[in-house]
Amino acid sequence: MEDEQSFSDICGGRLALQRRYYSPSCREFCLSCPRLSLRSLTAVTCTVWLAAYGLFTLCENSMILSAAIFITLLGLLGYLHFVKIDQETLLIIDSLGIQMTSSYASGKESTTFIEMGKVKDVVINEAIYMDPVEPHGISQVVPVFQSTKPRLDCLIEVYRSCQEILAHQKAASASP
Amino acid sequence: MGLGSRGAAAAGLGAASAAVRPGPPDAVRHPVPTPPPKGAARASSRPHGMVVKAFFPTCCASADSGLLVGRWVPEQSSAVVLAVVHFPFIPIQVKELLAQVHQAGRVGLAVLGTWCHRRQEAEERLGPFLEGLGAIFSHEPWLQLCRERTSGLWSCKATRQQGPTRPGVKDQVMLVFYDQRQVLLSQLHPPAALPDRQAGDATASAEGLAAVFDTVARSEALFRSDCFDEGPVRLSHWQSEGVEASILAELAKRASGPVCLLLACLLSLISAARTCRVFKLRPLSFIWSKLSVCGQLGHRLEQLALVFSTQKAESPAQLMRKANVLVSVLLDVALGLALLSWLHGKDRIGQLAEALVPVADHVAEALQHLLQWLMGAPAGLKMNRALDQVLGRFFLYHLHLWISYVHLLSPFIEHILWHVGLSACLGLTVALSTLSDIIALLTFHIYCFYVYGARLYCLKICGLSSLWRLFRGKKWNVLRQRVDSCSYDLDQLFIGTLLFTVLLFLLPTTALYYLVFTLLRLLVVAVQGLIHLLVDLVNSLPLYSLGLRLCRPYRLAAGVKFRVLEHEAGRPLRLLMQINPLPYGRVVHAYRLPSCGCHPTHSWGSLCRKLFFGELIYPWRQRGDKQD
Repeated sequence: MEDEQSFSDICGGRLALQRRYYSPSCREFCLSCPRLSLRSLTAVTCTVWLAAYGLFTLCENSMILSAAIFITLLGLLGYLHFVKIDQETLLIIDSLGIQMTSSYASGKESTTFIEMGKVKDVVINEAIYMDPVEPHGISQVVPVFQSTKPRLDCLIEVYRSCQEILAHQKAASASP
Repeated sequence: MGLGSRGAAAAGLGAASAAVRPGPPDAVRHPVPTPPPKGAARASSRPHGMVVKAFFPTCCASADSGLLVGRWVPEQSSAVVLAVVHFPFIPIQVKELLAQVHQAGRVGLAVLGTWCHRRQEAEERLGPFLEGLGAIFSHEPWLQLCRERTSGLWSCKATRQQGPTRPGVKDQVMLVFYDQRQVLLSQLHPPAALPDRQAGDATASAEGLAAVFDTVARSEALFRSDCFDEGPVRLSHWQSEGVEASILAELAKRASGPVCLLLACLLSLISAARTCRVFKLRPLSFIWSKLSVCGQLGHRLEQLALVFSTQKAESPAQLMRKANVLVSVLLDVALGLALLSWLHGKDRIGQLAEALVPVADHVAEALQHLLQWLMGAPAGLKMNRALDQVLGRFFLYHLHLWISYVHLLSPFIEHILWHVGLSACLGLTVALSTLSDIIALLTFHIYCFYVYGARLYCLKICGLSSLWRLFRGKKWNVLRQRVDSCSYDLDQLFIGTLLFTVLLFLLPTTALYYLVFTLLRLLVVAVQGLIHLLVDLVNSLPLYSLGLRLCRPYRLAAGVKFRVLEHEAGRPLRLLMQINPLPYGRVVHAYRLPSCGCHPTHSWGSLCRKLFFGELIYPWRQRGDKQD
């Protein structure tokens, strides 16, 4: 079962939340960011090349122009591969664990999987104030959807579904 | 109030500490008051039993019908299927095989259920037969996995005989496919090192997904037979098409024994010669300790002794370390030989030797100009004429002596360089250490000037501080290690104040000389430091691990990742478990080799303090050096 809804992030950009319910114990939430816009790319390239041309007229060294082209290409590749995140996915599987995947614009995917035994709870926090003394033996708070930064309404949807599944899991592990 | 200024919030995931909590967590936090989730009511109306996770190898998905053999982990309620036993078989022989594997790997295997790979028509024949097998091999719960040949649709059932009977409840089965070869060969690197994990645990672990990896790794005895063997039991697993082996690897294993023995003897001879009495004599041992080449050679000897030792590696970490050291040494020697061939081609050594003496002359001339400048009015400052002239002439004479010695050596320099260049065949690191030592020797005069300047300045500062105390009527109590007041005689006060004034007005001159020579010394130290950094890099980079991460990423696993396969309603949930490789930064951090240990031992604060008080700085402290 799949459905798609439109939300917005904290800066006002459009986000698309895709929910897939594979089974009562397995759900996936996929948040997609807007793609790299041609306008911003053209603007950055023009600025860099104008600056390089300005330097060239001052120094009369053609190496500056080739260096500017190199820098633009490498910078774009680096941005696509290391910085620009296209979508973030949260897969929650009852009795196995929670998996967070970030897919970059160049196709690279970086995945983190946390086993269910190590998960204490899924919460929404306004601010995280880290005490030197760990309360309740919690050793790590892992933020989700760090790059897409959705607003509270989107988070509430995800939170509700996660709590349903965690409630299943607690009921199942509590019963003999 | 923390970072709460933004209106929106970020969802947080709370994770417990590294110890696994099998039971439900005791506190559930709801900081945002949300309306009760509507979905919960919908889910709780339908009763549901335990979810049984069946880890199924991808290679067995196309195998013929048979029995499922593997390990049941009750804490995780997961069944790790290792192989499929085909018909016909004798139950006693299957049980014997499982007992053999149990003895070899200390992992308890059992028959977990039945596997049925069938066409639509043959369903009626096999059904009751397979159920009858459940009576022979009793296992709780009994798995029944089934796949249709034509459509490829799966169906799974897990039945329990005993236990509290709950009407209308059946166990759900979740299928997790895994690549058996990759899981067998990979090594899990947990994010936090568990404190009670030792190499070679007595029994197989049952913690989370590490249990799956552990089970597969310990059941290697099960995978030794393939379809060409004439054994009593026919199995299907990742090696059933033919056991993987390589002739080169086998030959290398056979040859490594005697080769290691020979090389270990050779290395022990060299180390014995090194610790012989001759080298412990005072002047020789002093020179040995100061040259960084000797430190580097000693380090390499230790590493080679580790690699060629005749003991087998106990743990995978030690094996990786040996491999890393070997690859590092080989690369070092290869780069060294390349450097050697470059140096000896086109008479570059001759050119270098010819250029060396003029360069030394040039440096000496520059120093002379500097000293002349200091003896005049440097940067418009007014120096004390007499002291200036004395110091300037002293240093100039020293410089003149140094230049004479360099000119004396100049006919022999080419030979020396040629023979020293041969040391590059021992490795690039040795060549770089030699370069660092040559720089140290050639700038020895700068070091001497620095020492003279520092000692003078230090004496001046000491004198000034104690006379300053006298000026105020205090003195330093050595017994109590503190400043006490003291009554001085008039003549003591008079002379003390006079000396204090003299020293104070001579301070700028000495301070300027000290400053100039300290800067020069720091420049030389910085150049040497860069070379040492490069040597450290070549020494400590784990190249074998990085190459393994590049070419066989599944070998170094940081964890796992799951992918949901196509799902139809009414069919069990199928997931694909893949290995999540370790990021490059963590590979370097986990497997970096220990370096020579010649790191500067002070922090920036103590360095500045030493510079201010004129104490001598020794940037390179070798391991085991006595403190001066």
